[in-house]
Amino acid sequence: MTDDNVPETDQVNLSRAPVADPRGAADMTTETPALEVHGVSHAYGARKALQDVTITVPQGRFAVLLGLNGAGKTTLFSLITRLFDTQQGSIDVLGYRISREPSQALRRLGVVFQARTLDLDLSVMENLLYHAALHGIGGREARRRALAGLAEFDLSDRARDAARKLSGGQIRRVEIARALLHRPSFLVLDEPTVGLDVASKSVLLRHVRELVRVRGVSVLWATHLLDEVQTDDAVVVLHRGRVVAAGDAANIIASCGASDMRGAFTTLTGGAPGSEIE
Amino acid sequence: MSVSTITREDNREVAFTLSHYLICLRGIVWREALRFVHQRERFVSALVRPLVWLFIFAAGFRQILGVSIIPPYESYVLYEVYVTPGLMAMIQLFNGMQSSLSLVYDREMGNMRMLLVSPFPRWFLLLCKLMASTAVSVLQVYAYLVVARLWGIEAPIWGYVAVLPALVLSGLMLGALGMLLSSVIKQLENFAGVMNFVIFPMFFASSALYPLWLVQQSSPVVYTICRLNPFTYAVELIRFALYLEVDWLSLAVVAVMTVVFTTGAILAYDPARGLIARRGGAG
Repeated sequence: MTDDNVPETDQVNLSRAPVADPRGAADMTTETPALEVHGVSHAYGARKALQDVTITVPQGRFAVLLGLNGAGKTTLFSLITRLFDTQQGSIDVLGYRISREPSQALRRLGVVFQARTLDLDLSVMENLLYHAALHGIGGREARRRALAGLAEFDLSDRARDAARKLSGGQIRRVEIARALLHRPSFLVLDEPTVGLDVASKSVLLRHVRELVRVRGVSVLWATHLLDEVQTDDAVVVLHRGRVVAAGDAANIIASCGASDMRGAFTTLTGGAPGSEIE
Repeated sequence: MSVSTITREDNREVAFTLSHYLICLRGIVWREALRFVHQRERFVSALVRPLVWLFIFAAGFRQILGVSIIPPYESYVLYEVYVTPGLMAMIQLFNGMQSSLSLVYDREMGNMRMLLVSPFPRWFLLLCKLMASTAVSVLQVYAYLVVARLWGIEAPIWGYVAVLPALVLSGLMLGALGMLLSSVIKQLENFAGVMNFVIFPMFFASSALYPLWLVQQSSPVVYTICRLNPFTYAVELIRFALYLEVDWLSLAVVAVMTVVFTTGAILAYDPARGLIARRGGAG
């Protein structure tokens, strides 16, 4: 840390911060966290992408992973989703170590990657059924869940359309419907609003927040857009591969002596080039 | 909707059963078939390529390349008859490389990530992908055989059945090779190199177009290369099976190489040790 205002974050646990427990239960520390990343470091050759990252996301929270491009968000996502294994440290999803029990962990994880991952040659319904099969769900049950998912995201009338005919916002909604098809408890989204217009972005964000509030799904939302952060969100600020702050957004703002998240972020990143993010 | 806290124990679901695995396999094969159906030009080009060789190349070389009596043939055969198993294997070779291209495309486009974050074991997912690609290649070969038969290239009727296991095995070997190659190809643009350095050398340095005794007479070095080329054994395995015989050496080589290539591909896509992990991106 280069700045005295930056909170100490060697061991960061978001569950220590006040939590808006959707059940009204007081003690969130006894439950299994949705995500527990402990001492994770990762390098591509000599280039260090993550250094000793430790974060905990409690269940039923909307947590924002905030960082500039190149901060290490996508690498962290790749490790959480086990696209590749951690070189150092450990990652647990709802108590299941991703390196030891990947199947149990991945069954509980819904993923929306930054890159569009729908098969554009297939129809919307075919994409959803394919995803269902990849989770061992077939036949009528798969179709029933797919239809329900499309209805939830107001896309029922696009079921037969080729994915390539959808707008950017619709593709994202289908991807979220797909990520929820196997009923995961924890949803991770990597910069899901990139490339969307303001209206689509707002609808998407509102819908995901509803999932947290109504269904109790835990969410890790990676972004570099400050306007997507609310003061009651749990926030992890990632900068140059390190966690530089974690906790409730309001607490981070207060501990940085800033008036808003933008000011706090600038303080935390030491006024680094490009720290004036949107 | 009521919300409840999930603990590790009450969240534990039963392990996947055989039926779950079958659903996953069916889903991956179904997707590959759908992509194949949606990309009609892929089917047409897969069929046209060997037919061009059969209709034009073979007709032109019929008078130049005399084929003496060699197993499994019991008499002199026309060049078109000789070259047919080679063209069947060629279909599978191109299909294997097409699958490799498709994997690289999926990786660049991000689709591959959805496959790799499935909770099924990664080796199983890759095997499913391999089987799907093989199924498509076998369909292409049978479509070619129908046209070839109409053209007068006839094999024993039971040969069309007997060749199926040989096609499956050779399809798996070539598909696994394609999968292994896809793990080392960084970008779609690099795929042209595969054409120049894998497909053409494998195809031409084999017994697909000419018997090896002819090659041996003209160049012992090329003959040795042909003998070291696993594609030669895929061709011979198919050739013998089509005539209701088993070439045990070819069977052994193709089986071993299938295991080697498949293991290599699985290791390459392994999240801990694989080339993909070291390079920093499966998708």
